[in-house]
Amino acid sequence: MNAPIELRADETFVLNVGPQHPATHGVLRVKMEMHGEYIVNAETVIGYIHRMHEKMGELKTYPQFLMNLSRMDYLGALGYSHAHVLVVEKASGIVVPERAEYIRAIMVELNRIASHLFWFGAFVMDLGGFSPLMYALQDREHILDMLEAVTGSRLTYCYFRFGGLYNDVDDDFIAAARRFVPRMRKSLKKYRRLVTDNVIFRKRLEGIAPLSKEICRKYGASSAVARGSGINFDVRKNEPYSVYPQFDFDIPVYPQGDSLARYMVRMDEIEQSLRIVEQGLDKLPGGPIMPEKKPKLIKPPPGDYYQAVETARGSFGVRLVSDGGKTPYRLKLRSPTYSNMHLFDEACRGMMIMDALAFMGSLDLVIPEIDR
Amino acid sequence: MICEKTRTALEHLIPTPDAATAGDGQESGAKGQTPRPNGVIERDYAVHGYHLDAQMACEQLLAAVAILDENEFFLETITGVDWIAENQLELIYDFSRYDFDLCRVVLRTRVDRRNPVVPTITGIYAGANWHERETHDFFGIVFSGHPHLIPLLLPEDADFHPLLKDFKA
Repeated sequence: MNAPIELRADETFVLNVGPQHPATHGVLRVKMEMHGEYIVNAETVIGYIHRMHEKMGELKTYPQFLMNLSRMDYLGALGYSHAHVLVVEKASGIVVPERAEYIRAIMVELNRIASHLFWFGAFVMDLGGFSPLMYALQDREHILDMLEAVTGSRLTYCYFRFGGLYNDVDDDFIAAARRFVPRMRKSLKKYRRLVTDNVIFRKRLEGIAPLSKEICRKYGASSAVARGSGINFDVRKNEPYSVYPQFDFDIPVYPQGDSLARYMVRMDEIEQSLRIVEQGLDKLPGGPIMPEKKPKLIKPPPGDYYQAVETARGSFGVRLVSDGGKTPYRLKLRSPTYSNMHLFDEACRGMMIMDALAFMGSLDLVIPEIDR
Repeated sequence: MICEKTRTALEHLIPTPDAATAGDGQESGAKGQTPRPNGVIERDYAVHGYHLDAQMACEQLLAAVAILDENEFFLETITGVDWIAENQLELIYDFSRYDFDLCRVVLRTRVDRRNPVVPTITGIYAGANWHERETHDFFGIVFSGHPHLIPLLLPEDADFHPLLKDFKA
């Protein structure tokens, strides 16, 4: 005989989400104390794919470490390499030819679009809609093909060199990029009709998981997490680097702070990145892609250098402490999702579990980048 | 603007000896140099990537972080550096602002390598929690008052600190 089950009003249980769980998009674990469907408390457990990149940074010479950066965030790898080469160039006083810097910006923006597209597909899949992922991957494929032809790899690029680039872009790439921009604009309209204006989709996100400016500041959130909460912060504008001051683009900011606002920021960012790619192609100067004079051995003078860039996931920073040797004395990698994910524990209290998973998706997590 | 304000507030907290202001801006990191005295130095942003560089005793840390909190800085990251030749561990706190009035501030403090204890700043910046746990993982620095100082990135039974210079795998 089945005995009746008594439920006490104050009874809670612990739900273990992950480390292997499709909603976490990687090996991330969240211990949630649940009261029915409501989260009372949560503790995020990270470090399952920690590889100690920072120790590798101390053991490898500067050029040897170039390839490590793209193993952190496998979706938007070029932005991370950009920060690394910029800080080493700044420290060693290497001047980058203008053409190389323009190509870098074009590539980083294309990579940002690819990253946002994958996030878009995966995020909608988290919410139960499967087909947008297929559309998004189709568009993303065009970018990966373009990047593969120039950089030689589809995800884990090792394209930037200290002082310039490994390979110049050819006419095929420029033609493909020019074809891609209007194609992507058309797709954005399709996504708007298919997903953004979908009432079921909106009801899952509107007003869910509002983040205040204060919590963003206390945790150091960046990217769409901060911009979705009304903070006008983008390193490309606030702390201009590379050739970004030459481009005319806007920073989308939404004040609502909910999951929909974070979604809208990223979708609008795709359009802004397209604008940068377009202008970059128009303005692309001729000339070399590597400087004529460049030290054979990279040995930055002793000192402490910091460089932040805006990657697809937010403000990424590299701190380089050099003692004048051929390997860094200390190389700190400040990853943006680390801070963005950290606020999840505090913000998800009192949320229903399905809302919390949607919220987690809206943070745009890439776990290897948190764990490093 | 904000940099001036923050600098004045930090200088008020950490009296800067004349030697520090007369310094040539070189880091104390290079081998064979004497450690730099406590104080606030204005750095060349184009070279170093930050504006204010304040070194202090670890007792002044909480007061300095409180000043930054009042001025609406956000916590970028916390990290350490092992200066084994000087038998010291350096703590580096990076702060920046969500503002177009750009000001990056770096707070530094040094502790004895054999007994590295610093106060936690999680009471002021809740987001320091993970950064401090990570620094504890990598350097073995103890953040007194931290609510949950267990390994974050390393395995839960880890008793080693891989970023110490005398660490052997």
